[in-house]
Amino acid sequence: MEIMGLPLIYYGAMILKVLLAFVFVLLTVAYATYAERKIIGHMQVRVGPNRVGPMGLLQPIADGIKLFFKEEIIPSEASKFAFLLAPLVALIPAFISFAVIPFGDVIEIAGYKIPLQIAAFADNAGTVFDLNIGVLYILAMASLGVYGIVLAGWSSNSKYSLLGGLRSSAQMISYELAAGLAIVCVFMVSQSLSLHAIVADQAGLFGWYLFRNPFTFLAGIIFFICSLAEINRTPFDLPEAETELVSGFCTEYSSMKYAMFFMAEYANMVTVCAVTTTLFLGGWQGPLPSVLNFIAKVYFLMFVCMWIRATYPRYRYDQLMKLGWKVFLPSTLFLIVGNAIWITLFK
Amino acid sequence: MIVPLIKGLQITLKHLFKKPITLMYPEEKPDVAPNFRGLHALKVSHNKAKCVACYLCPTVCPAKCITVEAGEDANHDKYAAKYEIDMLRCIFCGYCVEACPVDALGMTQTFELANYKRSDFVFTKERLLEKK
Repeated sequence: MEIMGLPLIYYGAMILKVLLAFVFVLLTVAYATYAERKIIGHMQVRVGPNRVGPMGLLQPIADGIKLFFKEEIIPSEASKFAFLLAPLVALIPAFISFAVIPFGDVIEIAGYKIPLQIAAFADNAGTVFDLNIGVLYILAMASLGVYGIVLAGWSSNSKYSLLGGLRSSAQMISYELAAGLAIVCVFMVSQSLSLHAIVADQAGLFGWYLFRNPFTFLAGIIFFICSLAEINRTPFDLPEAETELVSGFCTEYSSMKYAMFFMAEYANMVTVCAVTTTLFLGGWQGPLPSVLNFIAKVYFLMFVCMWIRATYPRYRYDQLMKLGWKVFLPSTLFLIVGNAIWITLFK
Repeated sequence: MIVPLIKGLQITLKHLFKKPITLMYPEEKPDVAPNFRGLHALKVSHNKAKCVACYLCPTVCPAKCITVEAGEDANHDKYAAKYEIDMLRCIFCGYCVEACPVDALGMTQTFELANYKRSDFVFTKERLLEKK
């Protein structure tokens, strides 16, 4: 049986891949909160959550139940439609970036070749056809995330929320530029925007774009830092800034809507780590079975995020802008030029 | 600029592998100093409280939390028929222990004094008697 010229198994595999990736990201998000509290706890010579279940392993479930049963509060002066829409707008782009990320090699089921990437299929020769502008799609989804936060800040009708929303839009726009320019270095080496092609090109440790040449190495680090700023992680968590803005854009949110912002933050973290893995750390390439390589690399980067959070204090607003526009933007431009010269010289 | 940032990361990574200093409180109890001023205890000798009901402790008490009533026993000796300390008012200054001329009052290392009812905070003579 065929639909639109493709055997049915492709559609089944597609749905299965969507479900698996979604469940994986959701579970990772839930346990990232636990892991973050544990890791930061131990880095501060504390123990972190350890009361709910063995070693506190049921903590995310307890948190979820608690937030679910909390009272839903909508400020009377809030713009209700936008207020309800904002958490969704923040959460959905965080998840849908995963559609183009290749999380494994092509596998064979019943004679059909299935690539482990949601928006992709392979013919019987094993050639993978995926979204040929995958990186642009990720950049687009990453910039959509800011709307949720700005909308939340504006619709709450509270000065703290508004300030948080303003800060986040300024911050995301500034750092998106540098992150985008850092990715240009990847394009120059890969000659392709398709994420499958980018991963396929990175076989072997020295095939990783991070270790291709000194310029891509720096580009990788700058991309990761800019991504942290884009998803509002410490030390760039100015939109939330508990010490000055109460809770920033989500001050007025409670219950599940607050939980959705929280999930969006962690889902963004997973996505950003997955994108960095794909673009610079060779995706699923490595010694283990392909999916495990990918997961190990993503989890390592997530550990680095938490490590950074445990180490650095928050940037001041002007320092943040200075870092984005005066340090990262010129240096990525320089990296592009350097990369071009390197590629031409050592072809 | 980059070296101090990396140093900071090193420090936090080193701490990750240190043993947490957290005390798992209800399961583990802290070591309290020997001269800790916790719950009072009426000392016992020859199977009865040493207190002679001289009223020095309620007199010196700045929080006015000690109530003593004297009584006469079979040997016509003065003793505390009633001895109560209101733990809600007590400030644990230890003046009562200092004032006691016969060393009948001491303070223990017990610090877990939480209770459900206000009346449970008034410690009667029976509850104050030293446990051997």
